[in-house]
Amino acid sequence: MARLEGKVAIITGGGTGIGKATALRFAKEGAKVIVTDINQESASKTVAEIQGAGGDAWAIAHDVTREEQWEQVVAETVQHYGKVDILFNNAGIYIIKPLAEITLEDWNRLMAINVTGVFLGMKHTMPVMAKQKSGSVINASSIAGLIGAPGHVLYGASKGAVRIMTKDAAIEYASTGVRVNSIHPGYIDTGMVAYASEATKHTKEELAQGVPTGRLGTVEDVSNIVLFLASDESSHVTGAEMVIDGGGTAQ
Amino acid sequence: MRFANKVAIVTGGASGIGETTVRLFAKEGAKVVIADFSERGQELSEQLNGEGYDTLFVKTDVTKEDEVKQMMQATVAKYGKLDILFANAGIAKDAPADKLSLEDWQKTIDINLTGVFLCDKYAIEQMLAQGTGGAIVNCGSIHSHAGKAGVTAYSSAKGGVKLLSQTLGITYAKQGIRVNAVCPGYIDTPLIAGRDEAMNEHLIGLHPMGRLGKPEEVAKAVLFLASEEASFITGTSLLVDGGYTAQ
Repeated sequence: MARLEGKVAIITGGGTGIGKATALRFAKEGAKVIVTDINQESASKTVAEIQGAGGDAWAIAHDVTREEQWEQVVAETVQHYGKVDILFNNAGIYIIKPLAEITLEDWNRLMAINVTGVFLGMKHTMPVMAKQKSGSVINASSIAGLIGAPGHVLYGASKGAVRIMTKDAAIEYASTGVRVNSIHPGYIDTGMVAYASEATKHTKEELAQGVPTGRLGTVEDVSNIVLFLASDESSHVTGAEMVIDGGGTAQ
Repeated sequence: MRFANKVAIVTGGASGIGETTVRLFAKEGAKVVIADFSERGQELSEQLNGEGYDTLFVKTDVTKEDEVKQMMQATVAKYGKLDILFANAGIAKDAPADKLSLEDWQKTIDINLTGVFLCDKYAIEQMLAQGTGGAIVNCGSIHSHAGKAGVTAYSSAKGGVKLLSQTLGITYAKQGIRVNAVCPGYIDTPLIAGRDEAMNEHLIGLHPMGRLGKPEEVAKAVLFLASEEASFITGTSLLVDGGYTAQ
């Protein structure tokens, strides 16, 4: 049997990178997937791929910083599919800048997407899941939420917040059957690493050399752990942080 | 099947989390070596082989280097290779430090930490010789991450298992050998059998989910870490604890 048979999943930032790979993976495992993205066109492309492979998916243009849009996404999901089993709070942006150069505008914008977006997602789905007595939320943090790095005061603060919000929400909802966990990818070969390479003036190969396994992770590597956390295989896992970094933070 | 043509060793495989993991690996197509000091492993192996699975029992005391070596040799002699080790054998007999004898301390360290080291060492030796990489999952605990009054030797050993897993994960990353720890909370197994109702309530109350974990829930995490799906995951801990350590 498929590992997410009959489940309904919302994935934010599902138009590209890890979000897209996870949407495709979820659909392959039998889930109905609501793919949201601030870029409607990219969300629609992901959905077209899923439907082309015979899966069931639906695209919604979604700014995760807007509470009324979250209300709408959850309401439409429930209306369309009758429930919400899984939320992958994946949408996020990455800014690498020296502390003194971070503008208040940078700070507020990144926090709104990476932290407020995750908060709103949990706020509007978890009570629905609690009523169903089951649900799984996966929040995208990062190794930047675990360790420090130059230029990462802003991004690191946002991912550190996601890490601990996850644990707080997990404890608050533990008795309801709703689980919440965070994932902490290291260098994964996506647009974000291309940006990190540019911003730090290190080639991708140089970045990979800093990883004990000697390679960058793939979006499939990350989608595998999201699938595990989303599925009933992880029924006793909550408030946990899963690191996918080729050994980077074990050092 | 997720483990077709894979060869896995499970230490402490005759009961509890180990037995459940043996069964899941077998169902997913793996050939499984049940390493245990208890003869119950023989019964389990015969039963599984009778159901059409391919398993081998090797009586093993994980604290004895020659027995661990022989167990690895028996594995390779029978199945030709080793892909996966779940170093799970462990005991839980403990006391506050002022009441813990050196003998009891040593026994816990020997089985729960030195036993893991020895099994890892010889598994890595074999995997390096094969040149194929491999996956090792060591059994840590919530007490690899959090202390508890009176849990003296156990947490010392399990804390060691966590850092051992990180160190080995980094050391052999380039050779494709992944090493991770699975860290269960209190799981309903023979390890905590014999508890009275008050103790049961106490243990349940430690887990925000309001229940003890099931062996299957740990076994599924072990299978994930052992599988190709976890190919970028090394040197980490996977907590299966119903929220115990998130508090």
